[in-house]
Amino acid sequence: MTSLTSSSTGQKSASIGPPLWLLAELTYRCPLQCPYCSNPLDFAQTESELSTEEWVRVLRQGREMGAAQLGFSGGEPLVRQDLGELIAEARHLGYYSNLITSGLGLTRAKVESFAEAGLDHIQVSFQASDPELNNAVAGSRKAFEQKLAMARAVKEAGYPMVLNFVIHRHNIHQMNDIVALCDRLGADYVELATCQYYGWAFKNREGLIPSRAQLEKAEHEVNQNRARLMDEGSAMKLIFVTPDYYEERPKPCMNGWGSLFLTVAPDGTALPCHSARLLPIDFPNVRDKNLKHIWYESSGFNHYRGDSWMPEPCQSCDEKEKDFGGCRCQAFLLTGNADNADPVCSKSPHHDRILAARQAADHATAGIEELTYRNAGNSRLFFRS
Amino acid sequence: MTKLAENAIKTTDTPRFRRGFRFQWEPVQNGYVLLYPEGMVKLNESAGAILGEIDGQRCVQDIVAALEAAFPQTGALEGDVIEFLDHARQQHWIELS
Repeated sequence: MTSLTSSSTGQKSASIGPPLWLLAELTYRCPLQCPYCSNPLDFAQTESELSTEEWVRVLRQGREMGAAQLGFSGGEPLVRQDLGELIAEARHLGYYSNLITSGLGLTRAKVESFAEAGLDHIQVSFQASDPELNNAVAGSRKAFEQKLAMARAVKEAGYPMVLNFVIHRHNIHQMNDIVALCDRLGADYVELATCQYYGWAFKNREGLIPSRAQLEKAEHEVNQNRARLMDEGSAMKLIFVTPDYYEERPKPCMNGWGSLFLTVAPDGTALPCHSARLLPIDFPNVRDKNLKHIWYESSGFNHYRGDSWMPEPCQSCDEKEKDFGGCRCQAFLLTGNADNADPVCSKSPHHDRILAARQAADHATAGIEELTYRNAGNSRLFFRS
Repeated sequence: MTKLAENAIKTTDTPRFRRGFRFQWEPVQNGYVLLYPEGMVKLNESAGAILGEIDGQRCVQDIVAALEAAFPQTGALEGDVIEFLDHARQQHWIELS
């Protein structure tokens, strides 16, 4: 989810380029309870999901506008009974389709029938390299065995295999074991994505953020493994997404607001990224407007395009075209105003909040069991209060 | 250095796309792209022309001949084609057999 990168880019001009990436969040329903889930805290409040016909319409409109990469995500997209139908439509339209799944609800028969329908790739997420930690984080006793079985089925069906691990203070010591597991499973790509603090992960930030010492050790181990794999001529690629809380400059979030990425949430809300619905901005819905209008004309998508909205220190910064002032969601979560510079930036007057989080990470002692698990019961607490 | 020489692409090798890599024309981008898990590379004209000849059946020699016939004004292309295919192999976009 954090590595939705494209090297094709390059819309530098004031003109708005097409949304090359469409993320279809089919549902917020999920059998797992990962405490770093990027779904909104109040996901259980979401009303009716888009119908099959509505999704097909979204896929057609997106493809017409130039979207080439399509992610089926969630929640757990396998909960949707029409997933096979949507995959077939995506292939027919010419998308490269990616299924981003926990592996729960997947079967060997589905892996094969999805391939026949034209699914290009399945990404299976793991929570750790061993069953005890994996299942404790996922909040499910049977998750690990099922994930292993499905990773093998994905490989046997001939898909390229991407395994994703969200990394945090409770599993960051497992880099060598994770790489060894992926090697055994025959992964082509391994995403070691350190937690990004939005949604449930922001709620649980103090219990998830690694210390600098943990991070440096992990980075060293990843580099060693990379060097070894290269020596062995292995095609397995390790993608290590570092946590921006330890950077001095912000990430160029989503490659710029409304620049490449278009997310459609389960209820049809269209977003410039999957976290953006936490912002106090009115986002359009695909039930009311077509995607072309949403992308080019809506106030939500134009809100942070260009740089006229930027306050200082971003406005006069010579790096503003490189990082676009960072992440609007992070600015909102940490400063209460989404216009502000992302506090990750050392030039931000709010950078002390990042420094405080780093310092707290050096002294954190909370165990996994103290995290708030992502489930409907906990979610209802957030919109009741 | 010996390792490189042993691995050099031969004109009798047959390239094919690695599983999970899809080469296609994108009208909105007005160009060929290579799509792979969660990623996309936009190809320039010559890269598009070379990868467009890969069908898993024809060898490098056949591909060079086809390109030289399609672009007669460019002269001999074997060196350029092999250099690009070597890059594509290092990127793990293609495999050779």
